[in-house]
Amino acid sequence: MSNRVTNLLVPIVSVVLGLIVGAIIMLVSGYSPIEGYAALWNGIFGDLYTIGETLRQITPYLLAGLAVAFAFRSGLFNIGVEGQLIVGWFAAAYVGVAVELPKIIHLPLAILAAAVAGALWGFVPGLLKAKFRVHEVIVTIMMNYIALHVTNALIRTVSEGGDRTERIFTSASLRSEFLENLTEFSRLHMGLLLALIMVGVMWFILEKTTLGFELKAVGFNQHASEYAGMNVNKNIIMAMVISGAFAGLAGAMEALGTFEYVSSKGGFTGIGFDGIAVALLGMNTPLGVIFGATLFGSLKYGALNMPNAAGIPIEIVEIVIAVIIFFVASGYIIRLLLLRAAGKKKEAK
Amino acid sequence: MEYVIEMLNIRKEFGNFVANDNITLQLEKGEIHALLGENGAGKSTLMNVLFGLYQPEGGEIRVRGKKVDISNPNVANDLGIGMVHQHFMLVENFSVTENIILGSEPTKMGVTNKKDAAQKVAKLSEQYGLNVDPYAIIEDISVGMQQRVEILKTLYRGAEILIFDEPTASLTPQEITELIQIMKRLIAEGKSIILITHKLKEIMDVSDRVTVIRKGQGIGTVTTSETNPNELAALMVGRQVTFKTEKGPAFPAEETLTVKDLVVEDYRGIAKVKNLNLTVRKGEIVGIAGIDGNGQSELIEAITGLRKVKSGNVLIHGKDVTGMKPRKVTQSGVGHIPQDRHKHGLVLDFPIGHNIALQTYYMAPISKSGIINYDKITEKAEQIIKDFDVRTQGPHEPARALSGGNQQKAIIGREVDRNPDLLIAALPTRGLDVGAIEFIHSRLIEQRDNGKAVLLISFELDEVMNVSDRIAVIHDGEIVDVVIPEETTEQELGLLMAGHADKDKKGGKHSVE
Repeated sequence: MSNRVTNLLVPIVSVVLGLIVGAIIMLVSGYSPIEGYAALWNGIFGDLYTIGETLRQITPYLLAGLAVAFAFRSGLFNIGVEGQLIVGWFAAAYVGVAVELPKIIHLPLAILAAAVAGALWGFVPGLLKAKFRVHEVIVTIMMNYIALHVTNALIRTVSEGGDRTERIFTSASLRSEFLENLTEFSRLHMGLLLALIMVGVMWFILEKTTLGFELKAVGFNQHASEYAGMNVNKNIIMAMVISGAFAGLAGAMEALGTFEYVSSKGGFTGIGFDGIAVALLGMNTPLGVIFGATLFGSLKYGALNMPNAAGIPIEIVEIVIAVIIFFVASGYIIRLLLLRAAGKKKEAK
Repeated sequence: MEYVIEMLNIRKEFGNFVANDNITLQLEKGEIHALLGENGAGKSTLMNVLFGLYQPEGGEIRVRGKKVDISNPNVANDLGIGMVHQHFMLVENFSVTENIILGSEPTKMGVTNKKDAAQKVAKLSEQYGLNVDPYAIIEDISVGMQQRVEILKTLYRGAEILIFDEPTASLTPQEITELIQIMKRLIAEGKSIILITHKLKEIMDVSDRVTVIRKGQGIGTVTTSETNPNELAALMVGRQVTFKTEKGPAFPAEETLTVKDLVVEDYRGIAKVKNLNLTVRKGEIVGIAGIDGNGQSELIEAITGLRKVKSGNVLIHGKDVTGMKPRKVTQSGVGHIPQDRHKHGLVLDFPIGHNIALQTYYMAPISKSGIINYDKITEKAEQIIKDFDVRTQGPHEPARALSGGNQQKAIIGREVDRNPDLLIAALPTRGLDVGAIEFIHSRLIEQRDNGKAVLLISFELDEVMNVSDRIAVIHDGEIVDVVIPEETTEQELGLLMAGHADKDKKGGKHSVE
């Protein structure tokens, strides 16, 4: 079997297998897989409104995926995207509420605040890793909890005891009448454009700059990078700061686009953690992240329609979605099975 | 003629690549049969076929005249084939006996019976003159002794045919002599040996016949007594090879590198370099001879800024560079061919072109205001690939895909092309074949002739003797003596390296306490 055929076959086989297993789960639970999948399809592509909402859902996944992928390429495992996203969300919403400025200043300022907050949240684990070799996984996980509860406390302070801030001024909003009219008044906002620009930014940093050359070298082989005179510690910190900034921007999408406020949370949003899967599905490349985020965002948003339209309980829906993603992620195993099957055939001849 | 092993017309393919093409190797009972070939010629593949790790696509294997199908290593074991690996497979904190019985522990009522095993080991050791203490702990005994444990392991398991894979790579000259004695004793006791090597001297010393393979092809088998190293090298490489690298006299000038009372510690705080003094002058090659682990790595890392200096100074052109960052040291005119090309020398997952730019990627013309021009990297890489004869499909091929020799040529190209005043070459020819070694030696000498200083660190005495203008012998973190190659012998160097300095010969700061 030629390489090209395998490369094409693997994702198709993965998705089909995922759908089949998902169908079996729905069947044994006593629900119709046909109705279920029809509801999923309509939930993603049903009409202009759902398409708009699906795209809106993809937006933060794009940025969360970029954040994880960027750190990965530099040899770091940023589990803290969730926390960086939460502080970014708060920072953007705060700037959106606290001052009223002309849009041309206010919107960029709010976006920048989110990026800086996320970057700061990434800087701490980066610094600890660089200076004291504290493993970034431990620090970032803990920073997630700190982010969650600190922002909750700040929200209470800012709203004088309430559990959400005021709505941001329209001068800080990413929403656009044009996009709303186009998609039958979905919440699709200009953030999608920003996220796609950031995909380009990540590609540019990694593929065109001296910094990207160093980050990749450090990611592959710290010893050789040190031998070649690179400052390994500086690169570790830079990687975490840039990764955190991407994550902070993902928070800005929620603060300035989808919700236009921030409310205190009982738990994590999950977007940051899903970002890990998005990045890995996309093999940590900028283009791959677009693919991963699209898959995640579509399934997550489309699944919301399954309980309503097909009467399938949300728990079963989540299992089915998880199974599909699981099979896509298992592409490696499927590739192996395909190769082995091809090998057997050859031997039999 | 009785053959214990016959591998007839063996063919092994990996996809479109033919690793072994029509190779025949016939091992007579009681002979030492050398298997000679360059790196990547297919020696290991052939031995892995014999060991049952690979199944050949063609040809047949006969053991004692009977056709066999060696489908896995257990079959090879049962047929009495044993392998002494280049990298020892021993548990460091286990005793000799425990290592030998590992995997087939004899038991008495469910309890491991080490006592009987130890007696058997002692008996075997005596029979073959190995002089191994069955109760010694592996980490306490020398490398040469560890190798004998590996030999005992195969004998304990009843091997009649022993395969030695590059057995002398990490031994001192004295240990090599002893190993040769052991191999002869094994033959006298009726064993047969296949010796894998690319060292011609050993082949001439010890083997009865030689089978040569080149680029996967069986070139033929010759009787050692009817051939000579030149002929063997030509058979192996496919062209004439000169051994003694052509070298005119040196004209050393002012000091380029000065190391003064240098002390370097390892991560545990134990001194690895102890008050070391060394100078390398413009226009000379200074070789550092020593056994692995006597402070060579720490010395180079301290000079190049990769490791902290405890006390003392490193001067380049009289300028103190002690404690400077690696890039600063590099920029003061130092080129460094690192000891471990996979760990330090290359980013294996990068294309070879990126690796060639690893020291210059941040400077004009490649980088301008933080933006890299990858076309310039490709341009530079193509030039170095051409100038240094790096065999690769091109600058975009991953470094990992190149053979060891070509990886090393790329590193040397990268370092020499920057035209450094001091070139530090640490084990520059480790694991390479004669063709590549010849090339690298001539490049080092060319640097010297261009008025550069060269510091060569090597575990190979031949290399140190051939290439250096002065030899500094390192033992236990100190330079114990500095000798001129023409005025010394391998025996003397070997003794110095082992720490037996001739105390009467000289005094001064180089003597041992």
